Amino acid sequence: MSLRTTLEGLPGVDRVGAEARVAGLGTRSIKTTAKAWAIDLAISMVDLTTLEGSDTPGKVRALAAKAQRPDPTDLTCPSVAAVCVYPDMVAPVVDALGDSGVHIASVATAFPSGRSSLAIKLADTAYAVAAGADEIDMVIDRGAFLAGDYDTVFDQIAAVKEACGTAHLKVICETGELATYDNVRRASWLAMLAGADFIKTSTGKVQPAATMPVTLVMLEAVRDFRRETGRQVGVKPAGGIRTSKDAIKYLVMVNEVAGDDWLDPAWFRFGASTLLNDLLLQRQKLSTGHYSGPDYVTLD
Amino acid sequence: MKFEYAPAPESASIVDIKSSYGLFIDGEFVDGRGTAFKTVNPATEETLAEISEATADDVDAAVRAARRAYEDVWSAMPGRERAKYLYRIARIMAERSREFAVLETIDNGKPIRESRDVDLPLVSQWFFYYAGWADKLEHSGFGSTPLGVAGQVIPWNFPLMMLAWKIAPALAAGNTVVLKPAETTPLTALLFAEVCQQAELPPGVVNIVTGAGATGQALIEHPDVDKVAFTGSTAVGKQIARSLAGTKKRLTLELGGKGANIVFDDAPLDEAVEGIVTGVFFNQGQVCCAGSRLLVQESILDAVMERLKDRMSTLRLGDPLDKNTDIGAINSARQLARITDLASAGDAEGAERWSPSCALPESGFWYAPTVFTGVTQAHRIAQEEIFGPVLSVLTFRTPAEAVEKANNTPYGLSAGVWTDKGSRILAMTSQLRAGVVWANTFNKFDPASPFGGYQESGYGREGGRHGLGAYLKEVR
Repeated sequence: MSLRTTLEGLPGVDRVGAEARVAGLGTRSIKTTAKAWAIDLAISMVDLTTLEGSDTPGKVRALAAKAQRPDPTDLTCPSVAAVCVYPDMVAPVVDALGDSGVHIASVATAFPSGRSSLAIKLADTAYAVAAGADEIDMVIDRGAFLAGDYDTVFDQIAAVKEACGTAHLKVICETGELATYDNVRRASWLAMLAGADFIKTSTGKVQPAATMPVTLVMLEAVRDFRRETGRQVGVKPAGGIRTSKDAIKYLVMVNEVAGDDWLDPAWFRFGASTLLNDLLLQRQKLSTGHYSGPDYVTLD
Repeated sequence: MKFEYAPAPESASIVDIKSSYGLFIDGEFVDGRGTAFKTVNPATEETLAEISEATADDVDAAVRAARRAYEDVWSAMPGRERAKYLYRIARIMAERSREFAVLETIDNGKPIRESRDVDLPLVSQWFFYYAGWADKLEHSGFGSTPLGVAGQVIPWNFPLMMLAWKIAPALAAGNTVVLKPAETTPLTALLFAEVCQQAELPPGVVNIVTGAGATGQALIEHPDVDKVAFTGSTAVGKQIARSLAGTKKRLTLELGGKGANIVFDDAPLDEAVEGIVTGVFFNQGQVCCAGSRLLVQESILDAVMERLKDRMSTLRLGDPLDKNTDIGAINSARQLARITDLASAGDAEGAERWSPSCALPESGFWYAPTVFTGVTQAHRIAQEEIFGPVLSVLTFRTPAEAVEKANNTPYGLSAGVWTDKGSRILAMTSQLRAGVVWANTFNKFDPASPFGGYQESGYGREGGRHGLGAYLKEVR
């Protein structure tokens, strides 16, 4: 069966129903011990990210330090999952992280637009891997996808996967440009079939970035894909998740849609920068009983 | 690694439940002359309060008060003035919604998530909607003359919402009412009586009499009642129709149902599963328009059942006041016995029962969400209304077979169609004999939309412009 037939044979997504489902999940009330547990889990799932033209070795070293000890005043605070940078910033991050266990993720493949030749995308990937990245966040060719050229998108993902070697591959669908939930479902399956270890919503450079309904559709996709193939794939919403409250809503959704197998940094990540400090503030609030304010978390 | 949700109970301190309640007649609370009865919290079986029983004499006093208010005040009042009272009630209901939601949950057993997010918003919307009609009755198409005194008898599954469905259009049209809430769920109606006082509604416009079947019978048979509106079981509805035959009283009935929820092979599956769950587990399935018969195209039966079972496993049953509870308590021991009995008939007739593993609390009335597969039209659980969290799954092969099976019921209240094809939705809706047909959704209510049944599901419409037809007459 052709790839097109497979993708177009997936059940459709009813927009109204999917958004109602998300609204329903958003009414879950996560308090006290459950909240503390969820906040620590969320911290351990953060891909602490900086993807700016102005990034410097000094900036990413500071981020790497924060990743290992998010709250220097509390050693029980878990470290984050990974630091995520551009390929040329991987080397200083490798130095700073050492053997801390925090992963090093690099965007690649002409991020964020993906508008370049396959050769350059592969070279970009190889460069990041050679520098020490053990996770690669690639972008799909949205133009090819929207033109219906699914085979091109598939081949590129498969080629990048090969270039990754042992590094984990996260495939960014850039759902803000795919526009419909049907497209999100198809792109998710396309990425998984081509070998993605993770499917990721967004680059963070396009609005809207991660949304709850888009992540819902992706969680349904990984759940169904494992049921069909036996292979588990991770999910990473990225961009726009800024508060602990939102992060907890996402975790509730992971729990009730994909199942608790995905409640693990190996299978679910948050691509975020400002989220971490809000998680830390809430964490301090829960342990001390009062809000401390933004001057009591570090800015890096 | 497991995400355990900590208890998140809504505080019950916002409600002040008195030890005993009287009747609300002519703007005041008075003791009934009958034998007081108890209302219990179905989640704990604890007695909440003693409730007065209205005798035929009490009902007579209530009807007289309603008649006086009708003649002297309400029918003569310009619609724009009546509207002010209804808007005021709507606003108060919105302002006090948390208090009402908590009380409804305590007395009925439904989850606070539903009373807070569904029942109470709709109650307020209903009053707002009909307040808007009060000065525009000549455009309703049903005339602009009220009928007089309306006797209204409502069920226990949506106590306050059914009150709003009944009282709002009656008052907007210029009628006065005597309303009898169900004997197991009188508390929110009695709190609503306080709202009538708070809104300074003229005495006698709304009267509330509590009691069981005998009180209801006294009300509907009272000679000075002009209109009877009943929502409840088909059996009682038939009795009412018999006893009103030959009188001049106007009657609307909203009775039982056995709604078919039809899922085609091109349906948006995940959303369809949500609709199946909403269709039959909303309010523990104690919904007259529940989608209690699932008709699935045979080719996707396995895919639907797999997803449905996964989804049912995430339903949280327990303390109705906990904000994370999806399935609350069954309203009464009697209803629980009925559900248990009918489900056993499903076992006995050879259908295959499945429930997620779920611990039931030790006290209170509980029934785990249940699905029966391998059901055929010949099974009792495919024919009779269970009025509980029990789903019967049947299959079909072609659209024509789906229509035939869906319509093969003495009822005709609701149906659902799940498909990505707009043309198929239109074709199905024109063939299904049901008062409301939902397309790619289920159990959605709106005050602007008429609601009511075919055949043994009753007659008359509530809601929307059509809902005014039950409370108005043409005068030539």
